[in-house]
Amino acid sequence: MTSWTRTVTGDDGARPAAAGAASSDAVGQAPLLQLRGIGKSFGPVRALTDIDLDVPAGQVTALVGDNGAGKSTLIKTISGIWEPSQGQLIWQGRTVHFRTPRDANAVGIATVYQDLALSDNLDIVQNMLLGHEVLSRTGLLDEISMEKTAKRILQDLRVTTVRNIRQPVGSLSGGQRQAVAVAKAVMLDARLVIMDEPTAALGVSQTALVLDLIERLATRGIAVLVISHNLTDVFRVADRIAVLYLGRLVTVGPLPTSTRRRQSTG
Amino acid sequence: MASVNPKGSTTTAAPAEEPEVITTPTGSAELLAGSVGEYVRIQGRRIRSGESGALPVVIGLVAIVIFFQAKNSLFLSAGNLVNLMAQSSFIITLGMAEIFVLLLGDIDLAAGFTAACGAVGALWMMALNDPWWAAVLVALAGTALYGAMQGIIVARLRLPSFVVTLAGQLFLSGLLIYLIDQTGSIGVGGVIQLHNNIINNIAGGWLSPTATWIVLLIIVGLAGLAMFYSDYRRRRAGLVAPPLSITLLKIAAVIVAGVVVVLVANTNRGRLITVEGMPWVVLVVLAILFVWTVLLGRTRFGRYIYAIGGNAEAARRAGINIVRTRTLAFMLCGLTAGMTGIIYASYLGSISSNVNGGQNVLNAVAAAVIGGTSLFGADYGSGAGAHRRGSRTSR
Repeated sequence: MTSWTRTVTGDDGARPAAAGAASSDAVGQAPLLQLRGIGKSFGPVRALTDIDLDVPAGQVTALVGDNGAGKSTLIKTISGIWEPSQGQLIWQGRTVHFRTPRDANAVGIATVYQDLALSDNLDIVQNMLLGHEVLSRTGLLDEISMEKTAKRILQDLRVTTVRNIRQPVGSLSGGQRQAVAVAKAVMLDARLVIMDEPTAALGVSQTALVLDLIERLATRGIAVLVISHNLTDVFRVADRIAVLYLGRLVTVGPLPTSTRRRQSTG
Repeated sequence: MASVNPKGSTTTAAPAEEPEVITTPTGSAELLAGSVGEYVRIQGRRIRSGESGALPVVIGLVAIVIFFQAKNSLFLSAGNLVNLMAQSSFIITLGMAEIFVLLLGDIDLAAGFTAACGAVGALWMMALNDPWWAAVLVALAGTALYGAMQGIIVARLRLPSFVVTLAGQLFLSGLLIYLIDQTGSIGVGGVIQLHNNIINNIAGGWLSPTATWIVLLIIVGLAGLAMFYSDYRRRRAGLVAPPLSITLLKIAAVIVAGVVVVLVANTNRGRLITVEGMPWVVLVVLAILFVWTVLLGRTRFGRYIYAIGGNAEAARRAGINIVRTRTLAFMLCGLTAGMTGIIYASYLGSISSNVNGGQNVLNAVAAAVIGGTSLFGADYGSGAGAHRRGSRTSR
């Protein structure tokens, strides 16, 4: 088992071996999510064909491919927006059927879409707890406890660049908005976080912030599935890589250790 | 960690942090400031950079007051000021009604006539010697129901609220004429009179000066305690909170404002008899304002209204029932319009079919917008705007 350190800001230690970290296939325990023979057709158009993919917990799986390869379709099939035409989804060893995104959310799959789904006029705390507000005994909103929860989650994720969690989300940078959206998913106890092009519109330092965040999710034992067409980011953060081409999985496996940045500790 | 530099400085200290230098700190200034001086500096910086908040409204109000006082020295007399308070009262409440739908990004053009029709219903019942509270309840139920109906059409059928409520305005203006006609001998000449002392006293009556002082004491006392307590709880929970100096300053400002208003109201403004004391309508409007502010700012339902106005798709994904929230907001708009109708009837002593529901609605929307509500959803704050609107329409 090779140990490595990340060069992304903030973290300086080997990522602890979460379940199935070092080896590509799970040793003993089944991977959190397994796709077996997944296919999706829209009428005569075959968007996905015969996808076999493991998404283990505690690791970052990158989904790469050119535009039109079927990345978004695969994500939407996993997160419950579409039902697969063939094949099955196996979650924690049991076959599951997601009819709506709500079903996927219920088992612990959270998706952070490219548009982030944040309300610009509300502040960070309000956005993070939207739909899951905490009420005090009088039936009014318990602002203090919600703010403490939001603060704690952001601290756990080491989001240090947000200066005031009562500022409106519309005034945050792209990376910070991404962080808020991810924190929202984490708060809802997601076991698998799917991120669609998280660094697409971000600058250098903001990208580093988001990649750091992705790593922390994996350290917490959460499975992360990232769509990206930026191979630099993929090589920096992914443990496994799956390549899609014209709806088929061309290759999938652990990232070769030579492509990862390696640094001796101390 | 999510932290705030207590001195409110704008540059990040550690070079390892992202160099996100925001020269004008966003968010509530009182939470960023470490002292009164810092608070003033932050506000000054914001105003200079364009984020002037309510300042233009206040300046405009001062300019209007100076102008009209120069034209007629009676403008700032106690009598005129109290009159202004009573006159702008129904624009304030109608504006409050509109805020519910404006926050969603919708509008209710029928609200003026909803108010009038509700008032006609109440006046009719009172003329038939029904108890005033039954008449008011029936009127409010009717206007709320009508509002809900508009809400269902807008929310379920996805029709634009502008079109739906414009149709409502036309329909209700006709209904108003029809209703007054139907009252037979009660509504003669297209006018239906108010025959009830209690309702009449809302706009026409007033408290005694002593009672006014007592009410002020109660309101200011409660407000001060609430402000102090909420800041205290934040400090104790370890959250960012305004420094004590700012909290005390806020409480002092409320006390000063309250005392000034009471002094004005307690000055004799009558010509033939002594008229001193706060008109009831001010208290009624303040009560309505308070309850709706708590609803919008401190409840889950109010939060959802802001969320839908900000990003309806995000709200939908968060699991918020958009149709139900929208319908309820329109219902509350109708309900508050009904309250406005009662206040209006009290002020005029009657409702005529000539009531200019269209103009009233536009004034109300203007009041809400001047006060800070965006015409495109989100934001809030219409008290200052309505008062400015009121002082202009009194000329």
